Amino acid sequence: MSSAVTSGVAIAANPWLAQPARIAALTQEVAGVATYHLRFVDPEVNAAYRFRAGQFNMIYLPGVGEVAIGVSTGGVRTGGVAGPTPRTDAAAAEGPTWDHTVRVAGQVTTALSRLGVGGTLGLRGPYGSVWPLDEFVGKDVLLVAGGTGLASLRSAIYELLNNRDRYASVRLLYGARSPDTLLYASEYPAWIDAGMEIQTTVDRAAAGWTGPVGVVPQLQSRLRPWAPERTAMICCGPEVMIRFAVRAALARGLNERQIWVSMERNMQCAVGLCGHCQLGPQMICKTGPVVRLDAIEPYLAVEGL
Amino acid sequence: MADQAATCEAFAAELPRWIAKGDFQSLIDRLWELGYRVIGPTIIQSAIGYDELRRVDELPRGWTEQQSAGSYRLVQRSDGAWFGFNVGPHSWKRYLFPPQSVVARAERQGDWWQLHDVPDDEPAFAFLGVRACELAAIAIQDRVFLNEHHTDPTYQRRRERALLIAVNCTQAAPTCFCTSMGTGPQCSAGFDLAITETADGFTLEVGSERGAAVIEGLPIRQATADESAVAETERARAEEQISKRLDTTDIRNLLLGNLDHARWDDVARRCLSCTNCTLVCPTCFCHSVTDVTALDDGSIDRVRQWDSCFNAQFSYIHGGVIRADVRARYRQWLTHKLASWIDQFETSGCVGCGRCITWCPVGIDLTEEVAAIREVPS
Repeated sequence: MSSAVTSGVAIAANPWLAQPARIAALTQEVAGVATYHLRFVDPEVNAAYRFRAGQFNMIYLPGVGEVAIGVSTGGVRTGGVAGPTPRTDAAAAEGPTWDHTVRVAGQVTTALSRLGVGGTLGLRGPYGSVWPLDEFVGKDVLLVAGGTGLASLRSAIYELLNNRDRYASVRLLYGARSPDTLLYASEYPAWIDAGMEIQTTVDRAAAGWTGPVGVVPQLQSRLRPWAPERTAMICCGPEVMIRFAVRAALARGLNERQIWVSMERNMQCAVGLCGHCQLGPQMICKTGPVVRLDAIEPYLAVEGL
Repeated sequence: MADQAATCEAFAAELPRWIAKGDFQSLIDRLWELGYRVIGPTIIQSAIGYDELRRVDELPRGWTEQQSAGSYRLVQRSDGAWFGFNVGPHSWKRYLFPPQSVVARAERQGDWWQLHDVPDDEPAFAFLGVRACELAAIAIQDRVFLNEHHTDPTYQRRRERALLIAVNCTQAAPTCFCTSMGTGPQCSAGFDLAITETADGFTLEVGSERGAAVIEGLPIRQATADESAVAETERARAEEQISKRLDTTDIRNLLLGNLDHARWDDVARRCLSCTNCTLVCPTCFCHSVTDVTALDDGSIDRVRQWDSCFNAQFSYIHGGVIRADVRARYRQWLTHKLASWIDQFETSGCVGCGRCITWCPVGIDLTEEVAAIREVPS
């Protein structure tokens, strides 16, 4: 009798089943910020995993919760600019790692900071939209970042620099609170060698700092050479910084279709169901985190949206 | 679910049938025999809610409700009608998208917790008494939970097996505005069976093959022309009684273009941010997932629970909340429901059922809020 109520349709996969991953290595970046080089415990899962620059994973700590973290770089590199992943031949044989730069901020990231190399956590993803690097071929690519926001641009940096000849120029304007909070500073020489121009600024100087003091939009206003018609800008940082960086770019003649930003919101499901990550019409986990400015410009400056 | 709509149309050409009130129990019995768990309207805590139903005398026969902004009272009817009411605080959402469910379970395995599915063993539901606005609400949640981007396994399993028996409204509450949202009052698609109550029995329309199979062999005959005409009169009364209106003209741009309107401050002074509107709303889908650890530390349930954009913590992000005041939270709810929902799911999130008006403890009426913004756009 129960045949009448049996559905023949295959039930969708459960998105909540995070895969176990281990901390293969750990890089302390700046105070309160570390990069976790993660490898899925299952070698097949690890080998099959792919992400694109701009996307994020959900990191799960059982009994604590989940947090959305951008994939700051990872995967197998053949030639070009090497990623910073510390690896020995033995480690490389175990497969690529997927790197997540995390600032200690809430419960999950605090618990994560107590795990060491070899620690196990759950990982699911990748989720979200990507930096549209293919659209930037032949253009001046301008990267604008503030604080830990640089982590969301880092996978894009490696992809841009590994294909440097496709782009007219690649420039990074980066601001941090103080010289000792400049993220990935040890990687800058390699980035410069690979053809990227970097300008940094800090809110507060310290002994030995000879660079500018101020906010990133000030660097934007001084940037030369400047050809707005062939520039594409990608930006990530604190939301207030994004607002000012966008304003500075528009003031210098970029239009809303030449600017992409990576936004941050509370994310729980990461698949557009739970509703937490909304920003106006956007569900940042689904139509973001990378959004072209014209999609969110009316909402960016609205307080408390 | 588009199939269901198409099937409904195919069946619509058929003449209505008739089931006498004295025979209605046989339909409920049949559903249980077929393995369905029948859920229908019944009186719960002085309101008409939805719960398991085995006998027709569990229906709120002879009862109706008086609804207005911030008020709901059960009152006795003089005619003993079985479905002589509109919608109460429950919606079918609580069965398809349960208020609390376990989305995954983690069990200790060496130094790690292995995550696995927790099978949903809920039998198939037969919903008895789904109103037109509620059919529309289910269709909206289908777009949320069953879209090309993502399919929710719990919702999918429950939805695909559910049998929907609709009831056409024969009256309207002062809070109803389904005609403004284009969702009712008449059930036109999305059901397996639909009934219209008259004094002696129900006219019955079949909307799907599954619906046709369910009633096979039951004491059901063709409705007479008179019976059909009476049912038509009953349905027409509901439409005539609808007095509330929501002007939806260009409503998306109206609301998203007035995010700094003074009316948000005004409503924020009245709104208690209590979350009632989101909990009674048949389409609100926002939820949170938290870990509940077993006392022996051997397993962890990842528990999904209805959440609300009116909760301060809803927009929490490392160390702060984005929507820190009631103004921002009410604005989020209303603009999502009536405007950005359209961007996200190509439909309004509102079906005009009026629950949020009735169950608001301070009687905020979203149609009045929209009208105020429309009157003086900023």
